Amino acid sequence: MGLWRKIMRTGRVAEPAPARVPGEAPSKAAELAGSVQIRHVDAGSCNGCEVEISSAFGPVYDAERYGARMVASPRHADALLVTGPVTRNMEMALRRAYDAVPEPRLVIALGDCARDCGVFAGAYGVAGAVSDVVPVDVEVPGCPPEPEAIVAAVRRLTGR
Amino acid sequence: MVTGALGTGLQVIAVALGSPLLVGVMRQVRARLEGRAGPGIGQPWRDLRKLLRKEPIAAHGTGWPFRAAPLLVAGTALVVAAVVPLVTTVSPLDGVADLFAVTALLALGSVALALGALDTGTAFGGMGASREMAVLALVEPTILVSVFALSIRVGSTSLGQIVTATVEDPLAVVSPASVLAAVALAIVTIAETGRIPVDNPATHLELTMIHEAMVLEYAGPDLALVEWASAMRLSIFLGLLSSLFFPVGIATAGAGVLAVLLSVLVLVGKVAILGVLLAAGEVFMAKLRLFRVPELLAGSFLLALLAVAASFFLA
Amino acid sequence: MNLVGTLFVASLSCCALAAAAALTAPAKARLWLAGLCTAAAGACGAAAGVAALAGQSWSAWLPGLLPLAGARLALDPLSGAFVVVTGTVAVCAAIHGIGYCRHGLDGRVFQAVLPVFVASMLLVPAAASVSTFLLAWELMAVSSLLLVLAEHRRNTSVRRAGLWYAVMTHLGLVAILVGLVAFAAGAGGESFAQLREAGLPPAVKTVVFLTTLAGFASKAGIVPLHVWLPRAHPEAPSHVSALMSAAMVNMGAYGVVRVGLDLLHGGPAWWWLLVLAAGAVSALYGILQAAVSSDLKRLLGYSTTENLGLVMVGVGAAGFLAATGIPVLATLALAAALLHVVNHAAFKTTLFLSAGSVLYATGVRDLDALGGLRDRMPYTTALFAAGALCASALPPGNAFVSEWLLLQSLIHAVPGSGVAGAVTMPLAVGMIALSAGLAVATFVKAFGVGFLARPRSAEAGRAEEVPPVMLGGTALAVACCVALAVAPTVVVPALGRAVAVVFPGRDVVSGELTLRLAGVSGVVSPLLIAVALLVSVMAVLVLVRVAATRRARRAARLWDCGAGPMSARMEYTATSFAEPLQRVFDNVLAPESDVDVTPMKESAYLVERVRFHARVPDRIEHRLYDPLIAAAAAVGRRARVLATGSVHRYLGYGFWALAGALVVLVVLW
Repeated sequence: MGLWRKIMRTGRVAEPAPARVPGEAPSKAAELAGSVQIRHVDAGSCNGCEVEISSAFGPVYDAERYGARMVASPRHADALLVTGPVTRNMEMALRRAYDAVPEPRLVIALGDCARDCGVFAGAYGVAGAVSDVVPVDVEVPGCPPEPEAIVAAVRRLTGR
Repeated sequence: MVTGALGTGLQVIAVALGSPLLVGVMRQVRARLEGRAGPGIGQPWRDLRKLLRKEPIAAHGTGWPFRAAPLLVAGTALVVAAVVPLVTTVSPLDGVADLFAVTALLALGSVALALGALDTGTAFGGMGASREMAVLALVEPTILVSVFALSIRVGSTSLGQIVTATVEDPLAVVSPASVLAAVALAIVTIAETGRIPVDNPATHLELTMIHEAMVLEYAGPDLALVEWASAMRLSIFLGLLSSLFFPVGIATAGAGVLAVLLSVLVLVGKVAILGVLLAAGEVFMAKLRLFRVPELLAGSFLLALLAVAASFFLA
Repeated sequence: MNLVGTLFVASLSCCALAAAAALTAPAKARLWLAGLCTAAAGACGAAAGVAALAGQSWSAWLPGLLPLAGARLALDPLSGAFVVVTGTVAVCAAIHGIGYCRHGLDGRVFQAVLPVFVASMLLVPAAASVSTFLLAWELMAVSSLLLVLAEHRRNTSVRRAGLWYAVMTHLGLVAILVGLVAFAAGAGGESFAQLREAGLPPAVKTVVFLTTLAGFASKAGIVPLHVWLPRAHPEAPSHVSALMSAAMVNMGAYGVVRVGLDLLHGGPAWWWLLVLAAGAVSALYGILQAAVSSDLKRLLGYSTTENLGLVMVGVGAAGFLAATGIPVLATLALAAALLHVVNHAAFKTTLFLSAGSVLYATGVRDLDALGGLRDRMPYTTALFAAGALCASALPPGNAFVSEWLLLQSLIHAVPGSGVAGAVTMPLAVGMIALSAGLAVATFVKAFGVGFLARPRSAEAGRAEEVPPVMLGGTALAVACCVALAVAPTVVVPALGRAVAVVFPGRDVVSGELTLRLAGVSGVVSPLLIAVALLVSVMAVLVLVRVAATRRARRAARLWDCGAGPMSARMEYTATSFAEPLQRVFDNVLAPESDVDVTPMKESAYLVERVRFHARVPDRIEHRLYDPLIAAAAAVGRRARVLATGSVHRYLGYGFWALAGALVVLVVLW
């Protein structure tokens, strides 16, 4: 009962949906028509981006309301959400994860490290940016990107 | 007879089209109770439409059991949707399958999926199949003994007759036997449809999965079939519960076309209410540890046995 | 001699011909000649049985054949049902055996004993006097023992299995002998017709029933007398296992029905509750052991215990319901039991013969080391799949129909059978349901782990499809399964005539497409369920074709979490598949495991090797038989002081024993 009262008292915490940020959507996203399943791949991130991702999918920003959902297997996914510079140990794993996604498939490079290796550029354990390993469709800048930016990127894919 | 056939056709269509919406409603209820906005009740349909457009994948080393499993699980769900009395009790298919056969048909769907999972030869597939079969084995006694309890009053396991008897005597539902059987069947429904506290349909953690672990390898249209079938199974179980214990509005013998149409609406309403209750209940519960699940199922078996005892000794 | 008699005699002659062919034919032609003759014998036997089921009966008295009483044979519909089963199983097993025996089983003696075994199993249900019955029974026991021991040179565990089997089957024979001899003594004649007329005092009847029950239950593999079964069935050559598991164990059920229900005309309710309880416990215990077993043939052996347990539940329920005065349901329960005998025979033949094919192709019967046979042995895989579906008692399999009938007879019993029924029936339904659920898990394991995915051993990787003659034998058994699954409306009324031998004058079911129970409410249509499944799967297929975008199916790696190829060692094995169930039923199964850690020389904290060994022993054998055997051995050791080797002493024993006996006689008379 305590939980019920708390639910009633708290009510809705999701912020009202902001207006869609204009920006061209990748052409493949049109086929998905409002439903994007996302498989998250941590290719060597410091976990800063992960904190923001869980916040983007949490109650306040609620990325799920735009038709996006995190899934457990790349087979179920339409998009890979890749964070971090691609380390040597994760390079093959990322390729295989990409290969496991059925067409049409998209890749979101999330955070500065994923876009251009960030502060890790040139480090001995880093194989390169995400775009060096798999084709990237959407990039989200920031270190880490704010949840609003993540939600906006997701909305470009779902089109909602 | 014509209205019966109409009712049967309508209930198959209602289950086939409505069950993704039921999943949508349940997700929406959960989202609202968690303070989120939720993607809307049409989202499962959007997911299915998208999955149907995607590329099917044949993973290396898989064969016909892997390919056939989604077809079979959806096929069994459709057959069950046709033979259970959800909309009308005078279905022309009523003599085809009774409650035992319905249980066995639903089990056949689970078996197909488990074999599909084993066919991949992945560790998670095997794990899911093994757990699903363990749960199935423990659920079976509860279902059959509950069926037994329900059939004593009517003298038959025919679903049509049980529901008709309840329509004629609605107060029989509040007898101890019926209440105990209802609770036992409700627990079974939760276990069979993979809901909290037995399984978490939204989990990403492979090690805690039961149902989801079996379907990790499916993609595109295959996955669409599996998801659609599991939604149908959920609505069938909820519809069956409502028909057995609250058969208000079901079209009985001699009902007109209008009554059949009305009964479809009533069915949708009842199943939606049960879905909302189930989803709301899930918010208040954590998933049980896997090896505590047998205790829950043993408890439900005991309730079912008590139901039989009550129907004999208290009648 | 009428049609039944002609066919039956033809069948026995074919057996003799097969044995003669095996003994005389040159090695090249031996397998084919003996196999085909045995198959012909089976076919004639099955035809005789069908004719007997159709209502024609036959009896014969051959006074010269046995000393004193002569041999009496009779085929009524009840015998006919069992003769049909034996005959059909013999056809399948003999054809399969032509291929299976090529590797080392083509010896003269083995090939000659097999038709003798078949003949003995045809004679047991046809026997119509105590001496004929016992003789046929003993012939069956000895010939099957010889067949079990066929591979004793290859494997030492065969000898142990043979020893267990020999002891158990002969203890069973002694029990039956004592019971039937007491019966015959009380009745004043030894033909079954005389026994049927006999009016015995209830106490004698009870003694007769209980002793014969013990003997028949041990043949049927009923707990706790089942211990020989999971040993002998895996060690026997596979087509012999099929004969034993699908035909021979049925004789136990036949014995209980014939003696208990027919010759003794039923009895007090508690007799039958005992049978029912033993059956239910066997069903549950058998399938539980099967569920955690990783040896394919041992699993099938335990599944036989389960299924014969279900048959005994039906027989027990029939006797109980007849005793409480509900003949409608008693008829139904017995029909369910007989149908389950037939169904079990069909699918167990399929399963044992396909297991034999796997053994032939790989030499392995450990499920943990199999896998990957789907591509290498596609036909065997499909045949085993059909058998496994039937064995899981799911529609559209055949066992679903018989379990459905059995459950119907139990649940309708509650209002009418009083408190005893109200307490027993729900428990029995619960136990049957649990065993049905566990059977599903067991056969998903046997098929999914044993045949699908990738091979887990080099032997399984090298497997090739077996010769067509072996596939043919198995396919015949599958055809029987299919026929039984879709046409129970034909089979059940025929079995109803067998039931009518015991409970006359009642139909069991009616209807052509749907199975309608007579007398109580209950309808199901296995045929329409199968059609509906087919239609709806086709509909789904069309729906997907129409709705889905036409993208070509892409071949891709298995999703391995990106971590490199999934090796066969990462697959779930039979042991790991059964682990959740083993954990749930921990208290019943009492699994044993030990971990053996060998540390490195340098430090106790560095581990060189860890060995983990787990097994699930048969607890009944452990707890019940081991102490008995130990006690017997101890008595034997003590008794050694009596046998010193001195002839004088032995003569003394003889003298004192004779004197003692005379004194007893003088005092008592």
